[in-house]
Amino acid sequence: MATSSTHVPSAAAASGLRGAIAELWQDKAAAVGLVIILLLILMAVFAPLIAPYDPAAQAITARLKPPVWMARGTWDHLLGTDNLGRDVLSRIIWGARATLTIGAVTCLLAATLGTLVGLWAGFAGGRTDTLLMRIVDIQVSFPGIFLILLVVAMLGPGIWTLVAVLSMTNWMVYARLIRGIVSSTRQTPYVEAAELIGCKPGRVIFRHILPNLVSPLLTLAILEFTNIVLAEAAVSFLGFGVQPPATSWGLDVASGRDYLFIAWWLVTFPGLTIVATVLSINLFANWLRVTADPEERERRFARAEAAKRRRRTRGANA
Amino acid sequence: MLQFILRRLFQGVLVVFGVSATVFVVTRLAGDPVSLMLPLSATEAQRIAFAQQIGLDQPIAAQFMRFLGDIVTLDFGNSLWQRRPAIDVVFERLPNTMLLIAAGLGSAVILSIPLGAIAALRPGGLVDRLTMSIGLLGLAMPQFWIGLIAILIFAVQLKWLPTSGMGTVAHIVLPALTLSLTPLARFTMMVRAAMIDELNKQYVKTARAKGLGLPRILRVHTLRNILVPFLSISGWELISTLSGYTVVVETVFAWPGLGLTAVQAIQRGDLFLMQAIVFVIAILIVIIGIVLDILSKAVDPRIELN
Repeated sequence: MATSSTHVPSAAAASGLRGAIAELWQDKAAAVGLVIILLLILMAVFAPLIAPYDPAAQAITARLKPPVWMARGTWDHLLGTDNLGRDVLSRIIWGARATLTIGAVTCLLAATLGTLVGLWAGFAGGRTDTLLMRIVDIQVSFPGIFLILLVVAMLGPGIWTLVAVLSMTNWMVYARLIRGIVSSTRQTPYVEAAELIGCKPGRVIFRHILPNLVSPLLTLAILEFTNIVLAEAAVSFLGFGVQPPATSWGLDVASGRDYLFIAWWLVTFPGLTIVATVLSINLFANWLRVTADPEERERRFARAEAAKRRRRTRGANA
Repeated sequence: MLQFILRRLFQGVLVVFGVSATVFVVTRLAGDPVSLMLPLSATEAQRIAFAQQIGLDQPIAAQFMRFLGDIVTLDFGNSLWQRRPAIDVVFERLPNTMLLIAAGLGSAVILSIPLGAIAALRPGGLVDRLTMSIGLLGLAMPQFWIGLIAILIFAVQLKWLPTSGMGTVAHIVLPALTLSLTPLARFTMMVRAAMIDELNKQYVKTARAKGLGLPRILRVHTLRNILVPFLSISGWELISTLSGYTVVVETVFAWPGLGLTAVQAIQRGDLFLMQAIVFVIAILIVIIGIVLDILSKAVDPRIELN
């Protein structure tokens, strides 16, 4: 810490980034979370280069091999193989692609739709607002997974059906958040002033209201991402999501389920990857939420100072 | 009060109407129920006869009216798989799901209050950090995976409990445990955060200054104050459990409830049974929502029902 503070970077942007990294480092769990998230993204992007095998390549001679540290394990398959001789590690690496793509596209679609509805409701106010929010209320009470299963059964399972269905069932949170912020910012003096001097609605929305939405929207999208990951895994596990020969962690757990009694690694490793993914995102998002909110940030600073002071007095007394 | 209940009931009718419209669009306009429900070997004449039987030859508006009428009378047609009215199958399986939810969510509620309260007494202390870490882990684990790992540990390795099915008390332990972990994590974190807030308030200082012991402060003052937020979060958890988590947990443990039935209905192309399940769940969610609002009002008279 002492050495880094002596190097004062000249560019403001560089110091901002460095400051953010230093601040993130204060929260070790969040820092580890971010590192794991970055590793997962790299894994998904460079899957063909990293994965030792083709995820769909079957090898009858190497069926149900345990992980390398077990008695019958081999270095050829670090995390073992499944009932068709497919390499578990390679499937996990390729599975990152499906999960992260579905999560990212779904979040983007749901956030866009929700933001538009929220902006419209919050900006228009009155009857439009009531009607739109009533639609949100109604859709929130829909019977979640049951409806998803029905839709998937009718339209046929697959990645894009899943993305469409998950987007259509997840946009409401964004609409609520955005509408709340918009209708409260609309009453602030600077927005009223902008309207009074004759700014067009488009300019008011994009120039004056939108900047207020960026950080809460980003935080919510990251948190929602974990919900999508869990939902995709669950639907794929049930057999109505990603279909073979494509790979997904949820699908791998489902196919490993039949071999639970003889090959524990088939269920354990893909599941652990899901846990690591969701946990990392949650840890990072938690930190981001506090950091992006000036009030929360002040409180965190005060808590850290108080803890430091307590430790100092305790040290002095001892 | 009566006016409030009427308004909420009207809103509930809107929800069921919204679900109906969605299901209608998905099943009749976007998808093809005939090819879903009839086997591939069905002849053209059989297909046409079946389409006529479920009214597909009628104009869309007439079809939708008939669809709404069937929902109002809870007449969803015969289940193809079970060869009896779909609604009978639903009412036969519903109690099993209720039992599982009661055991799972009930234990989460009972455990989370002391856990969260103990963690809140010393924020940043050992118990607090341990509870929070386990809580974060609990929220990150997919429920199907918790279930399979629980089977792996308690049924395969230790051989303490049966792997699946329903029958004795031992059969419900693993599915209930699996179902309870995520809500337990969420409840505990909520209780902890609310307790820390409450314990920092002035009235707690006053009570302590008067010489009241901590257990009494907790019992008489703080716990009562967090009851309302706790009630609403557990209501939401009940709704999301009913509308989703049970599908996965029942499938993992072959627990014969509505969730497992839904998966089996879809695998067999039994659209009518699936529709019956979707609507019964939707109606239940509406009822739970109304009961929840009334309960909150009963617990905290300051709440205005609007």
